[in-house]
Amino acid sequence: MRQFGYERPEYAADAVALAERPEVRYLAGGTNLVDLMKLGVETPDLLVDVSALPYEFVQEDLDGLVRIGAGVRNSDLAAHALIRSRYPVLAQAVLAGASGQLRNMATVGGNLLQRTRCVYFQDVSKPCNKRMPGSGCPARKGDHHNLAILGASDQCIATNPSDMAVALTALDAVVHVQDHAGPHEVPLAELYRLPGSDPQRETTLAPGALITAVDLPTLPFARRSRYRKARERASYSFAIGSVAAALDVEGDVVRDVRLAFGAVAPVPWRARTAEAALVGGPVNEEAFRAAAEAELAAAEPLRDNAYKVPLITNLVVRTLAELAAGS
Amino acid sequence: MTATTAIGAGLNRIEAAAKVTGAARYAGEIPLDGHAYGSVVQSTIARGQVTMIDADAVLARPGVLAVLTHDNAPRLHRADDTDAELLVLQDDRVRYRGQAVALVIAETLEQARAGAELLDVTYQPEDHDVVFAADHPRLYAPEHVNPNYPTDTSVGDVDAALASAAIVVDATYSTPAEHNNPMEPHAAIAQWDGDRLTVYDSNQGATSVRQALTTLFGLADGAVRVLSEHVGGGFGAKGSTRPHAVLAAMGARFTERPIRVTLTRQQMFAMVGYRTPTIQHMRLGADADATLVALEHTAYSQTSQVLEFAEQTALISRLMYAAPNLRTRHRVVALDVPTPRWMRAPGEAPGSFALESAMDELATACGVDPIELRVRNEPSVEPDSGLPFSSRNLIACLHEGAERFGWASRDPRPGVRRDGRWLIGTGVASSTYPARSAPSTAAATALADGSFVVEITASDIGTGARTALTQIAADELRAPTERVEVRIGDSDFGQAMIAGGSMGTASWSWAIAKACRELLHTLHEIGTVPPEGVTAHADTAEDIKAQAQLSRHAFGAQFAEVRVDVDTGEVRVPRLCGVFAAGRIINAKTGRSQLIGGMTMGIGMALLEEGVMDPQFGDYVNHDLASYHVPVNGDVHDIDVSWIDEHDDRLNPVGVKGIGEIGIVGTAAALANAVWHATGHRHRHLPIRPDRVLTSLA
Ligand SMILES: Cc1cc2nc3c(=O)[nH]c(=O)nc-3n(C[C@H](O)[C@H](O)[C@H](O)COP(=O)(O)OP(=O)(O)OC[C@H]3O[C@@H](n4cnc5c(N)ncnc54)[C@H](O)[C@@H]3O)c2cc1C
Ligand code: SF4
Repeated sequence: MRQFGYERPEYAADAVALAERPEVRYLAGGTNLVDLMKLGVETPDLLVDVSALPYEFVQEDLDGLVRIGAGVRNSDLAAHALIRSRYPVLAQAVLAGASGQLRNMATVGGNLLQRTRCVYFQDVSKPCNKRMPGSGCPARKGDHHNLAILGASDQCIATNPSDMAVALTALDAVVHVQDHAGPHEVPLAELYRLPGSDPQRETTLAPGALITAVDLPTLPFARRSRYRKARERASYSFAIGSVAAALDVEGDVVRDVRLAFGAVAPVPWRARTAEAALVGGPVNEEAFRAAAEAELAAAEPLRDNAYKVPLITNLVVRTLAELAAGS
Repeated sequence: MTATTAIGAGLNRIEAAAKVTGAARYAGEIPLDGHAYGSVVQSTIARGQVTMIDADAVLARPGVLAVLTHDNAPRLHRADDTDAELLVLQDDRVRYRGQAVALVIAETLEQARAGAELLDVTYQPEDHDVVFAADHPRLYAPEHVNPNYPTDTSVGDVDAALASAAIVVDATYSTPAEHNNPMEPHAAIAQWDGDRLTVYDSNQGATSVRQALTTLFGLADGAVRVLSEHVGGGFGAKGSTRPHAVLAAMGARFTERPIRVTLTRQQMFAMVGYRTPTIQHMRLGADADATLVALEHTAYSQTSQVLEFAEQTALISRLMYAAPNLRTRHRVVALDVPTPRWMRAPGEAPGSFALESAMDELATACGVDPIELRVRNEPSVEPDSGLPFSSRNLIACLHEGAERFGWASRDPRPGVRRDGRWLIGTGVASSTYPARSAPSTAAATALADGSFVVEITASDIGTGARTALTQIAADELRAPTERVEVRIGDSDFGQAMIAGGSMGTASWSWAIAKACRELLHTLHEIGTVPPEGVTAHADTAEDIKAQAQLSRHAFGAQFAEVRVDVDTGEVRVPRLCGVFAAGRIINAKTGRSQLIGGMTMGIGMALLEEGVMDPQFGDYVNHDLASYHVPVNGDVHDIDVSWIDEHDDRLNPVGVKGIGEIGIVGTAAALANAVWHATGHRHRHLPIRPDRVLTSLA
């Protein structure tokens, strides 16, 4: 490990001022960043520890909007009564991730900005366009069985590994950011970028931008929501495909729906095509399947990841069917 | 035989308190005055030449003491039996990706690692060949397979028998590279005192490491001492000296300071061995009444350009079933890959997947129950050699297991049991593993205060060996276990078998029993223990040479229940049941743990573990525990382990067969057979990952 400095400011403004240089990284739980530093993927010269900042809250305002501080630990978020009752999809997604020990350390801010698990990205002895722009993308010919079928580019087919972000995407979460220009808000759907020709740029955040909180807009029917994750072992592994869904049914018609997919794209994938196909339509498995297929029509599977198409289709059908049965 | 009181009891591990309080020191934690750290630099090409190593920039960094490369590293000596993998930094050739090309030595671990990351190594790469295939043009028949078995065997006329068999199963199975991942990564700290070398090392046998280091550094007998008091697992990866120990000794010689070298988890995937991938072609022929008429097992595996390692994959087919026409063959190909090594039940683990899956396919083809198929084909002597078995209780295990598991009510039809979105199935497979003993020495001392000390270079890699050996010594000495101290893990105690091949306890217990009996005899003669104590020594080399020629094996039966999610292809394992006939079980608690551990690793083999070779680079790309999946608690539910009370007095004085490996033999086949029973799809390629199951269900 190389030498680096360490600061632990108490005010966001100080943190942002310290983090303006590209060689600086915020340190939250450290469960991803420290691993990447040990691997030589991240080589910051200064870590700005955000754990003294006042962002460990979950609160509700008068309009029912729920605000989650960026420093809230994943375990605390999943256990929070407000989250469990109003947004079960979020509690389930967080609990489906990593392990108990990791969730005790990991924070909301860090979880949102964790990096891809593409094995080439994590191995500095190999080329990777995301890590070393222009060096190539060996995953295309190599091990991509858990990489993207949607939204990828010639330059990069990495997937975003977060479970939490899939649920937040389905819930239309809004991210509070503070950077050199001051505080502002970014809808989560606009936080992440598709790789295109510059996969090293993963977000729309300015350099040194600090995530301070995440807002969950009121969505009464999210009380009936679910996260379903498929993975290679029963626990402690990243998704090979996941679905976050909330369903609002009136009689036998879909009144509203939220649907997002994980482990299929460089970003948490909001399935707007499927949502549009479902709204106003019947509540049955054929309709659910047709909607999933409509979304996945754009999929471009590679040699070893075509299974994700039926996997996601099945997960959509099953999750919506279970939500419908419960309503 | 002496009356036993301690043997069989579920005694807690003697060093348990030391381990949970952190008092027990592992090799990487031993502090020696003034020690520094070595960090290994690995090659980033799979084949070619190191043309230049520019160490100046690294040497200028703070704390860096030296950069060892093939240009300046101490020269090593080799003997005929030297493991070529240990000849590190001796030339500029790169023979696989991940080979050690330099060692950066610095005052702190961080400085050493930073230096290793930054070291500038230039290569002249050559085209590499890393893709293992059953039709590889360079496949050849090795002279023998591990450790020293004939490569090919043939009894009768397999082709003719298959041509006229009523029922034939002809299928190809494959298993991927699997990586030993003991909890403790390999570590060593080495110190020189003139021409005497002391190494604290993480290994499965300190005398074999002592021997290798003595040869490599051209030292006098007795000049090297290897200490390995506590070892955090090995699964075979620490069964022989590994390069980290040689590098530590080289670094210490070069810098004239104690040097500690610890491998990272990622480095282990190239530097400590792994289980070769296998491809296995099975041909089974049977009469209409399910009597085997022919069995052919052809196994392909890979080795490296460094040395030949020929996995004994088809060995299991030489002894399991009574086929009058029986042929086994092994072929290997040397690729530009790290050398495969032993991993828990080498040979039998992959071999049993093919054989026991094929038997299941044959049972279906014949329309008989898979247990009945095995009963009908139970041999009276070892089919290949004609040797009698010292004991063989396979059928008893199958019947006992069937009872415990509730096999009798099983509906044989595949793909018909459903619980919501889950398909449910059950499967069975046989297990076996050789029961051998190897020469070892031991010393037993009676002290004047009435206590005893036993010294043997045994190795406790977390199995509970120290505790089991204490129980054995206590019974032999007719003393309570509290009065007997067994000291292990120090090569100065003399030559002994490694903790490997399920031979540790079988070999060490023999030497201990012999030394203790000798000691009692002496005590009987002299009456009282003199103030300085009295010691008896034993060496079992002659006893083992004098053993009758017999087929000695442990046997077992494994049963599995699986649930397969029809939407995702995820396979879950609510139940495993294993019944074993493995001679005497010395410690009921640690013995059970060994078997549960083996079966748990079998879950990994069946469903999760797979080293993914990337032909572009020539390495296993998923080289960490986040991407190389081993079972976690969530994957392991009910594991019912039991054993048959087996007395075999033609093994060794204590009647031990060894239980370290048999637990993983057959598990993968039992699970694959259960997945077939659940889904109707036969998975002949491991691991049975969700993507593969889902694709097969489509
Ligand atoms: C073995 C393993 C298994 C895992 N399995 C899963 C899984 O199944 N599902 C899953 O979703 N995740 C999984 N994870 C990932 C885990 O969820 C993330 O590592 C964790 O959420 C990161 O949070 P952290 O607080 O530790 O972030 P850190 O590691 O501290 O930071 C991560 C990144 O975010 C930046 N950052 C942190 N806080 C802020 C902030 N407030 N503002 C701006 N930037 C910030 C850091 O600079 C860094 O770049 C796993 C991790 C491991 C090691
Ligand atoms: S998929 Fe993206 S992250 Fe992976 S190797 Fe290609 S460029 Fe790098």
